[in-house]
Amino acid sequence: MGDLNLFGRLLEWMPFLLKGFGLNILMSVLAITIGTTVGTFLGLGQLSSLRIVGWPSRLATQLFRNAPWLVLLFYCIFLMPYQVSIGGSVIVLPSWLRATIGFSFPVAANFSEIVRGAVNSVPRGQWEAAEALGYRRSATLFRIILPQCITRMIPPWMNLYALLLTATPLSVIVGVEEALGRTQAAVQAMSDSRMLIPIYLSLLAMFFIYTWPINRLSLMLERRFRTK
Amino acid sequence: MIADIQTFFRHLADSGINLTIFYDAFDFDRFVKGLGNTLLLIVLSAFFSIIIGSAGAAVLTLGKGPATVVVRAYVALFRNTPLLVQMYFFYFAIGSIMPVSQNEIGLPVPLLGSFSWAVISLSLYSGAFNVETFRSGVGAVHNSYEEAALALGYSRAQAFISVTVPLALRFSFASLSNNLVDLTKATTVAYAVGVAELLYVSNQIWSDSLNTIEMMNVMLLIYLGLTGAVVFIINRVEAATHLPGFGLGVG
Repeated sequence: MGDLNLFGRLLEWMPFLLKGFGLNILMSVLAITIGTTVGTFLGLGQLSSLRIVGWPSRLATQLFRNAPWLVLLFYCIFLMPYQVSIGGSVIVLPSWLRATIGFSFPVAANFSEIVRGAVNSVPRGQWEAAEALGYRRSATLFRIILPQCITRMIPPWMNLYALLLTATPLSVIVGVEEALGRTQAAVQAMSDSRMLIPIYLSLLAMFFIYTWPINRLSLMLERRFRTK
Repeated sequence: MIADIQTFFRHLADSGINLTIFYDAFDFDRFVKGLGNTLLLIVLSAFFSIIIGSAGAAVLTLGKGPATVVVRAYVALFRNTPLLVQMYFFYFAIGSIMPVSQNEIGLPVPLLGSFSWAVISLSLYSGAFNVETFRSGVGAVHNSYEEAALALGYSRAQAFISVTVPLALRFSFASLSNNLVDLTKATTVAYAVGVAELLYVSNQIWSDSLNTIEMMNVMLLIYLGLTGAVVFIINRVEAATHLPGFGLGVG
């Protein structure tokens, strides 16, 4: 009877928690979009033969890759303005949006390394063959090398997304009301220590059910692309 | 000497860069303690995570049946859920059912404090990644080595420990150093359960002294230094254990 009661109360709070989890997904989708875009430029920048492009790209990549996510998050939360005014209209930046931007930095740096690794994994001979055929360096990169890289980049990119999603609860530390924040709120509202384990377990399950298939799929794709 | 340094940073503070940790004894103490806790977290968690990783990899390679299923489930669970939620689960949920003792004035003292839970949770999280690392290291060792050992009369377990493992370790260093860098960065998460590590004390200092930007930059530099040191140490170990003619790219 008591167990049934606990389960019922857990179900009661589920919609509240799932709404929070929706914010986790929203933040991760936005951050992966920004991160992938910026990371592509950073990655290609790392490969540039121009020193003025290559050097800063490598520096930025190493800086944001080796800094803890939480520290970068603190930077964005504390040092970013609460609102920006563009041409007279004021845009308020809520904390979840600033946290999303904070997550985009390490994602961009990691994606930059994925791009660099994928391009470098293409045998050197292809560059030489293209050069012998009269292709310019940029034409070789965009028409011969990169099309082959896309498939190689998909599995690590999916892993990166999974990593990003499991990092989004860090934003609770800077006051974003996502799934973990809502769990804490629910725990306080219920004020029943017997609920602690079930509610945290269901939160873990939520993340697991979303992330595990992504990692499995990425592993499958990696195996398929390798045999080719 | 120390007085000179303190005066230098006092003057620097007047000109706008307020690094209290270099002239204020109280802030300096807090900061050093925080750095010490971070180092302790890294060393302890790295130690336990490597033990967990090797034990898990050994089970996956040698064992069969339920034991491998348990290890696989552990790896999948810890790799696919957020570290912060794991830490909260251990600290708040499991911590709530742990026995509580009392100190001499009758205040409740939990059996395990936030620091212990942080080490446990970081070790389990990082250990799950190390299982994969060591397992693929074992997979990279060519079968012929084990066959040669078996032909010489080694048992399977002996061949694994004396032949396969030392060779597998040499294939694992690159991935291991990645995992340990991630672990170093992940120690900041212990902030959330109130462990007085570097991020936590830095936050205290900038709340008191209102030097947020300076402290953040100092902290960032220290973490970059720490991750660099981890990579350096692993590289040195790798170089010291290098076998001529054996390794990636060679036979």
